[in-house]
Amino acid sequence: MVQLTDVTRYYGRKRALGPVSFEIGRGETVGFLGLNGVGKTTLLRILACGLRPSSGSVAIDGLDVLRDPHEVRKRVGYLPEQPPVYGDMTVRDYLSFVGRIKGMTAEAVARRVPEVEEYARIAEVRDLPTRHLSQGYRQRVGVAQAIVHEPELLILDEPTHDLDPVQIMEMRAMIRTLKDRHTILISSHILPEISETCDRLLILDDGRIVASGSEAELSDRLLTSRRIEVTVRGGETEDRAGAGAEVLIGQVPGVTKVKCAAATTGKGGTATFRVEANADLRAEVCRALVEGGHDVIALARAERQLEEVFVGLVGGVRA
Amino acid sequence: MIGTGATGIIFRRELQAYIRSPMGYIVAAVVLLLDGVLFYATALNPDLGATLSGSVLARFFYNASGLTAVAAVALSIRLIAEERQTGTQILLDTSPVRDWEIVLGKFLSALAFLTAITLATLYIPLLILVNGKIAIGHILIGYLGLTLLGAAVLAIGLFATALTRHQLVAAAVAAGITSVMFLLWPLSQEIGAPLSRVFAALAIHGRHFAGFLSGLLHLRDVVYYLALSYFFLFAATRVMEARRWG
Repeated sequence: MVQLTDVTRYYGRKRALGPVSFEIGRGETVGFLGLNGVGKTTLLRILACGLRPSSGSVAIDGLDVLRDPHEVRKRVGYLPEQPPVYGDMTVRDYLSFVGRIKGMTAEAVARRVPEVEEYARIAEVRDLPTRHLSQGYRQRVGVAQAIVHEPELLILDEPTHDLDPVQIMEMRAMIRTLKDRHTILISSHILPEISETCDRLLILDDGRIVASGSEAELSDRLLTSRRIEVTVRGGETEDRAGAGAEVLIGQVPGVTKVKCAAATTGKGGTATFRVEANADLRAEVCRALVEGGHDVIALARAERQLEEVFVGLVGGVRA
Repeated sequence: MIGTGATGIIFRRELQAYIRSPMGYIVAAVVLLLDGVLFYATALNPDLGATLSGSVLARFFYNASGLTAVAAVALSIRLIAEERQTGTQILLDTSPVRDWEIVLGKFLSALAFLTAITLATLYIPLLILVNGKIAIGHILIGYLGLTLLGAAVLAIGLFATALTRHQLVAAAVAAGITSVMFLLWPLSQEIGAPLSRVFAALAIHGRHFAGFLSGLLHLRDVVYYLALSYFFLFAATRVMEARRWG
């Protein structure tokens, strides 16, 4: 669906992107991950045919963006970081306008716009000028304008930008439902934001792709150790919850470090251990604890570990 | 020309934007107010030499030409700069719309709105017609002149607004170019040939507008304003292309 070969983009003498090369298959959902200013938006604008690459070639659905820009634009839906809405237009008028300039007939627009309004759950505000909408609704209208012409490729630049936690969950749910109908490219600077919705991640730094793969592949490749957290409930006779569990975990082959992170005393207390191992040993640790007579009440991979690796990959936290 | 294509779609959107926004009404109100005040203060003032109905009408068109130019600058500066300012330009950039279609759609919408404002002053020539002796043709030619002058200044404004995302900068550039083109005429009267002939031929007012003031239609004047409009619309399109793909 998308093919990039040695694409670069310069602003004057400053290199903003590249050289980058990659392919994205039809139906894939791919996340571009990188800190602010590493070239994500430049890359997405080139793919949306709104910016010419300085060198290299870009093909969308087999069409070269420089030779057939209009054909490419008909096949692409693009949501920039700020939804491109006209404040003076009502939602309905705006979506109709977008449909028309994307090449749809008046009849197709009349049929499609109410569908999109229902889908994006903006039907209740369709007669309001977009300047009166909350950020959450504006972002939904932004998604609606990107899909109104039923593009094959959907590009979403920071789709959860400026949304509150509830709106972020709703947006993620909406993106998940779009996966069935579109090839989707999403950018973000927050790993959990896109690792939940994407099949594959491309990590950008300084305009270049420094790592790519699924979250599991990246974990396998990039993590030198795996961290899990396990919580056990203490027995009736134990003075301290999880006493003995630490030893049992340490005896599991592959475990390199065990540390008690929290523990409560008394009957029915709990203890949480942080375990480092050279592989994902959640099953082995759980089995050892259960066979040793401990009740395991929680077991999970440490969530932020891959994110820490991502930050390390892109040169640490920047000002 | 203004059909269901991209130009027509953009034309309708922009025209609705003028109708929905206070800016369009403010420009219309100021122009109509000043047209009326200036008509009363100058065109009807016999001390300024306007005694015949024809010269009263010419004086009205003279005043109206300056106001039309100012209104054209005011109406045009938002056309592209505002899209950049509010982030909607990317929608047009990533749509299957050609740059000349965007420029033409915006230009025609502004011209339609400006023409509507200009035509709202029609009561003044009608007052002269009822109370004096003037030819209908004089009125028609005068309004054609205002429309052509307005179109040329709108094209200059569109070029200026394509250059920047700041409407104030666009206003300064448009006002600057328009002022220079107005000043070419008085300058041409002060300097010697051959430069005087070049300045007079290029001046946006003066020789090219004189015929419209007195009800005389010269093809060369019509061609001049159309050519000027085309030149700046073409320049605006090239700027858009450069910025879209730049």
